[in-house]
Amino acid sequence: MAEELKIRVNERLWTVAASPETPLLYVLTNELLLHGPRFGCGLAQCGSCSVLVNGVETRSCVTPVSSVADMPITTLEGLPAWYAAQKKLPAAPPLHPVQQALIDEQALQCGYCFNGMIIKASELLAKNPQPSDEQIRTAMNGHLCRCGAYPRILKAVHRASEAMAEVTR
Amino acid sequence: MSDLFRRDFLKAGGALVIGFALRNRLYAQERGSVAGPPDPKQVDTWLAIHADNTATVYIGFAELGQGASTALLQVAAEELDMDMSQIKTVGLDTNVTPNQGGTYSSAAIARGGPQIRTAAAEARLALLQLASKKLDAPVERLTVSRGNVSIVGVPARAVTYGELVGDQPFHLAFTGAAPVKPPSQYKVVGTNVPRNEIPDIVSGKHLYMQHMRVPDMLHGRVVRPRGQSAYGVGARVRDLDESSIRDIPGARVVRRGDFVGVVAENEWDAVRAARELKITWDNTPSLPGTDKLHEQMRAAKTTDRVVLERGDVAGAISRAAHTVSQSYRCPYQSHATFAPNCALAQVTADSALVMCSTQDVYGTRNTLARVLNLPVEKVRVQYYEGAGTYGHSCYDDVAQAAALMSQLAAKPVRLQFMRWDEHGWDNYGPAHVAEIRVSIDANGKLVAYEYHGWHHNWAGVETSAQLAGTPAAEWNGGAAQQVNPLTCGGMYNIPNVRLVNHQLPGKEYLKGGWLRSPLDLSFSFASEQTIDELAQLSGMDPYAFRQANIKDARWLGVLDAVAKLANWAPLHASHKPEAGPRNPGGVVSGRGIGMGTHLASYGAAVADIDVDKETGKVIARRLYGAIDCGLAVNPGFIENQIGGQLVQSASRMFHEEVTFNTTNVTSLDWGSYPILRFEECPEVHATVVQRLDQRSTGAGEEVMAAAAAAIANAFFDATGVRMREFPLTPERVLAALARA
Repeated sequence: MAEELKIRVNERLWTVAASPETPLLYVLTNELLLHGPRFGCGLAQCGSCSVLVNGVETRSCVTPVSSVADMPITTLEGLPAWYAAQKKLPAAPPLHPVQQALIDEQALQCGYCFNGMIIKASELLAKNPQPSDEQIRTAMNGHLCRCGAYPRILKAVHRASEAMAEVTR
Repeated sequence: MSDLFRRDFLKAGGALVIGFALRNRLYAQERGSVAGPPDPKQVDTWLAIHADNTATVYIGFAELGQGASTALLQVAAEELDMDMSQIKTVGLDTNVTPNQGGTYSSAAIARGGPQIRTAAAEARLALLQLASKKLDAPVERLTVSRGNVSIVGVPARAVTYGELVGDQPFHLAFTGAAPVKPPSQYKVVGTNVPRNEIPDIVSGKHLYMQHMRVPDMLHGRVVRPRGQSAYGVGARVRDLDESSIRDIPGARVVRRGDFVGVVAENEWDAVRAARELKITWDNTPSLPGTDKLHEQMRAAKTTDRVVLERGDVAGAISRAAHTVSQSYRCPYQSHATFAPNCALAQVTADSALVMCSTQDVYGTRNTLARVLNLPVEKVRVQYYEGAGTYGHSCYDDVAQAAALMSQLAAKPVRLQFMRWDEHGWDNYGPAHVAEIRVSIDANGKLVAYEYHGWHHNWAGVETSAQLAGTPAAEWNGGAAQQVNPLTCGGMYNIPNVRLVNHQLPGKEYLKGGWLRSPLDLSFSFASEQTIDELAQLSGMDPYAFRQANIKDARWLGVLDAVAKLANWAPLHASHKPEAGPRNPGGVVSGRGIGMGTHLASYGAAVADIDVDKETGKVIARRLYGAIDCGLAVNPGFIENQIGGQLVQSASRMFHEEVTFNTTNVTSLDWGSYPILRFEECPEVHATVVQRLDQRSTGAGEEVMAAAAAAIANAFFDATGVRMREFPLTPERVLAALARA
């Protein structure tokens, strides 16, 4: 049965009514009306629904909402602010460097997988600011793209890595 | 247009201008209130000019993530002499947008480009006539920049489109006489304008179909067997216990015949209800199973049709220096769209609004009207993007299912297919068996080509309609369902040709549908490997052999373009007949070339692949693709399309195969239907042969077949072994290497 739960999403505390085992994805999309995380498989196979929980890429489609009740959750919408906090910037930029790099590379086709791609690449660059081709491929391997946009995504992650290095310098 | 006609038209222009002055209604408010399609011969159907000197172009093609909507705006901006920042489009809606036919067969630019160009040219002429009155100068002396009309040499005397028309309708029929710009004057067409929706997509502001919500709606899920049976069988409910979900709050069953769904206020409750509903299905075997599929296909009673007959194939073969004769087997493949389809339907007693991701809003409206038993004009269909569909995925099925569920529940219903619904009930790209014989003379000239293809047609009735009571029916006819004379040897100069289509009884097989470049990967896999074998028998490099056998300048052009892009050097060692597998054990590399297309355009590809002879794993390292699609409106988009096609083709050649036992499809998710992943992603290189003087033809799928062939030929170059069946899975590769 539905219970009142508190979740912390994009630096804001929300009270939601949901049964504890409800996957986080359904709460984010139907209660918080967020558009970043989105349904892809419901099986944690594709990465469409990814969010950051404590900075760690997490598949929200199989994560019970009660299991992340006290943890900071960041979605695509909160990524620029998350990045600003990480880099100690005075204000959140309009876009995370990965998002900007994907625009610059005109990387996408349908773009539905890009929520997960952006979340995963952001997690990677936070841990490893200058990844090699192989490290990017390995990190991103759990994120599928049906349109075949991988080559441009790869370039965009490198481009974002360079942009972030300039911010730090 | 003759000069005489043009003069008469310009004289008649005055009457049209008076017509303009009389109209006084705000057209924007009318739009959307009546069922379409609007009259395609009226300028207002296509275009509205706003008071702020911007324009809205009404486009009848769906944006499928390929950039076609931006490219069509480029065409309109070009003819109107407006800037891309001044021009926008709206979502497809049967009450708003024109009927340009479905967005398939790469038609958006090929068919839509000329339509939009004509409409924009008609609007421009009308605007110039208005400006001519206003500025008191003949049309011939006017020039336009960014929607600002001025007199040549007198820039101060000017008026904007917005000032001339400002949110009022044109009320103007096409004259058929509006001049279009010669391509030599293009400023916007042919340039790489960026796609306008990308910033919203990366920031999460873009609305996909899956995001749509309406007040008071229920969430729905369909309840079906996991994986389809033979198309003609559908699914039959044996036993259904509605009380099995009574503990789930608000969940209830909706049912018409064998169509079963559940609805609930809360989405997770709908998911749970679909999972927990006790239902048993008739489980009578109806399928051959993957292992016996091709034998059954080859032995089946078929409906045969000679697609092309030229010269005397049998005679030419009897006199030929070399003949290669082979058979090939190709799998069912799935659209496996990245996001399972979703639809939202609001059905009342006498009307319906259905939001979905159809490639054809008007076509979907027709079938929805039949399913709901409503007049067509009472049904409104709106398009919202889903994930890339690449053909007839479950978008019609989900729209019908949502509409049925809304009608049965008497509430708006948002229906999201689960992963297994989409993978298991797709309209699969049909499996294929090929038997091919091709001959050369002593000079290495192709003299005879014979191709027999076995496959079935596409489904004409969707699963939801079928389960609700409409009998299954095949969709007969259509060039894309037949052996393709372009991909099957059509690029070569061959005097004697015979192509025969053997149509299988489709209801005994899986539900078929168009999948990006329908059947062409199968055709080129068989055909272009045969061409390579003949190159080898004639002692020629496969690129040189193709050059020597092609006369058509555009096929030659695209072949040369890809060879140049890939820096092709003649292949040697592996192409001697006696050369067996090189380097026993370990990883071997190979390079191959291939050609093909779909219904128009010209495609060529080169592949560099690695084959691990111990594990059987094949990886594409570098893929090169070239296309000639006539006038390329936005070459950058097309390069991106080629890149996507190369990767998707590699995925289909290495991984993709729908599997089934005798009762159901068993490939139901990304584990059982794997696609190419990031780790194996090749480098891609693309080039577009720009032909400003040729009409635009498709660019969304025409390199797929060439890429498949190039990969197959590269496998031979690497190993000395020919693969006669794809996908090239490790098991299949190891078995083929062991046989060699």
